[in-house]
Amino acid sequence: MSGGVDSAVAAARAVEAGHDVTGVHLALSKNPQTYRTGARGCCTIEDSRDARRAADVIGIPFYVWDMAERFHEDVVEDFYAEYAAGRTPNPCLRCNEKIKFAAVLDRALALGFDAVVTGHYARKGDDGLLRRAVDPGKDQSYVLAVLTPTQLAGSMFPLGDTPKDQVRVEAETRGLAVARKPDSHDICFIADGDTSGFLKNKLGTKEGEIVDAASGEVLGSHDGSHQFTIGQRHGLGLKRPAADGRPRYVLSITPVDNRVEVGPREALRVDRIRTGKPVWLAAERTAPFEAEIQLRAHGEVYPATVTPEDGGLTAKLHTPAFGVAAGQALVVYGPAPEGDAVLASGTIDSTQAYAEAGVSESAEAAGA
Amino acid sequence: MAYLDHAATTPMLPQALDAYVRTARALGNASSLHGSGRAARRTVEEARERIAEALGAKPGEVIFTGSGTEADNLAVKGVHWHRRTEHRNRVVTTAIEHHAVADAVAWLGDHEKADVTELPVDKLGRVDTGALAEILDERGAEITLLTCMWANNEVGTLQPIPEIAELAAAHGIPVHTDAIQAVGHVPVDFAASGAASLALSGHKLGGPTGTGALILRRDVKAVPLLHGGGQEREIRSGTLDVPGIAALAEAVAHAVRTQETESQRLVLLRDDLVARIRAIVPEAIYNGDPESRLPGNAHFSFPGCEGDALLMLLDAAGVECATGSACSAGIAQPSHVLLAMGTDADDARSSLRFTLGWPTTKAETDALIGALPEAVRRAKTAGLS
Repeated sequence: MSGGVDSAVAAARAVEAGHDVTGVHLALSKNPQTYRTGARGCCTIEDSRDARRAADVIGIPFYVWDMAERFHEDVVEDFYAEYAAGRTPNPCLRCNEKIKFAAVLDRALALGFDAVVTGHYARKGDDGLLRRAVDPGKDQSYVLAVLTPTQLAGSMFPLGDTPKDQVRVEAETRGLAVARKPDSHDICFIADGDTSGFLKNKLGTKEGEIVDAASGEVLGSHDGSHQFTIGQRHGLGLKRPAADGRPRYVLSITPVDNRVEVGPREALRVDRIRTGKPVWLAAERTAPFEAEIQLRAHGEVYPATVTPEDGGLTAKLHTPAFGVAAGQALVVYGPAPEGDAVLASGTIDSTQAYAEAGVSESAEAAGA
Repeated sequence: MAYLDHAATTPMLPQALDAYVRTARALGNASSLHGSGRAARRTVEEARERIAEALGAKPGEVIFTGSGTEADNLAVKGVHWHRRTEHRNRVVTTAIEHHAVADAVAWLGDHEKADVTELPVDKLGRVDTGALAEILDERGAEITLLTCMWANNEVGTLQPIPEIAELAAAHGIPVHTDAIQAVGHVPVDFAASGAASLALSGHKLGGPTGTGALILRRDVKAVPLLHGGGQEREIRSGTLDVPGIAALAEAVAHAVRTQETESQRLVLLRDDLVARIRAIVPEAIYNGDPESRLPGNAHFSFPGCEGDALLMLLDAAGVECATGSACSAGIAQPSHVLLAMGTDADDARSSLRFTLGWPTTKAETDALIGALPEAVRRAKTAGLS
């Protein structure tokens, strides 16, 4: 129970469904007061109090579980390492994979519980597959797609069949004070929302060049390649506009040389995506198959042919994507018209554009 | 339900509750000059006399406060402020004080540039009096105050307060003792102890929460924390809580009067519990001084288990106890007391405190023994995550 409305309603629904429920708030920082309150972040002392009050109202026992060390090792350190390697991690996904449905679930099972209930917006079908929530705006199946079938079997998502606004109304009728608490967004462990400052603080600053990918011309400088993401347009600090007057985007990041390459949007085109070792939520496949793929949380969906090969997945997109960052997850959903069951997921290693698109192997360096 | 957390708080004694309700119905500010005021004042003064008599103090030495924490803060800060000079700005404390003392001392160090010396303890949690003698010889002239608890709130170890006070007295240094866990549970004689001040709390001995007292020798001056109406020798302003004070006195008098027989009963019950826990969990470590300890305290480390997990499992089984560790925002930190005793961080995190009190029955310790094996088995599976 994070102290937000979703987990509170999820807990109340689990109780109503007849389960013997215990509320658990995760302490993810040794110094929770350094986390600010409000829409950004979570895990403040105030959030812990809100969660406790919700548990009181629901009538369930409540405990704080200290996961600060595990969270730091598995999520925060990974976040630093990924940026340092020129990739763009998704820490919420990592937290689900390593903390909520691993450390917490393992501990819960050992202590005699049957499952972990969360306020995520996703559904589990009768077939045991993870499916999108009915509220497309809130669907969180993407950040849960890293769960193994075993992890999934130990999970319950009571909110998947309900639109968010109805969850708030329900919280209100249940007398939960968090009914109108704003949604949290951004990264919970970056209290002020300043990701660049957070990374600089840990990884330091080091001056490097911003280079035109096509001509090799040096266009400007930056103070650390780890502050950039593939597809990023703002914050490049380039003084002169491009010759054709069109905006420029980050095309590649090479941490070894501390080099950032920029270019036009077409150069961000991606037709083929390669992942590392996939997680199969549905039965593992070996032959190529048609599917829908999603490349970021709440991102666009692309029809694609997915081929399991060489220990990873290769997705051939039928319509190109633009600005795909290594480190993000590629999530494979069943093909349209159903398209709502997660079949597999994998972390993006590299991307490729077809030769006719002009630039090839655009983000290859990022995965190196 | 089995409640084995009496060191956190213990129920009010029936006679204290009666005294509270009876007095709360009466009208009168103890500082008023009319008949109602005089009646209220009489209740307060009689309470003061009863507490003084029970604890070997003079009535004029009893200062009523709103909590044990307040009494500790008043002694530590008040006496330090009064005695400090340019060349005398050092507080000597121990590594195992309750936060009411430890954090007050730390605050003086952090915000008022006080020098702080922390006396180490041995494996059983006993203060190193040799280290005390050393610091007194080396820096006696710099020391404003020495503070040492009478009985430790976590592991129950008793400290030799008379011996400590005698060492300090040779250098003219006042000793404050936090006796919040001790009063009513072990014999406490203020005058005989040689302490300059002693803190007690109502709700640890069958009195009401929100009451406490500082016994402060008349010749020891303290700068007040609260300024106002000048009550309590102008050391603790604030309208006197007449019903709270009456109930506190009732509880202190009763607890002290019955202390010897009650502690005999608790020691038997506690020792039986300790033996049974050791039989069930042979690897369990019994922390604290096995001889010189609070009668109702049984403190264990259960290697390989997390204290928080054990607490939750026992709670679910209807047995309430404490991890005995400091807690901020619900995040357990390894106990500073156990760490000071040389316990490693994992064993410190695996500890539970069971504390027995005046209502505790054998049925309750039986309930713990019934629930403990399964709790330990599950907590071990969950491990120290």
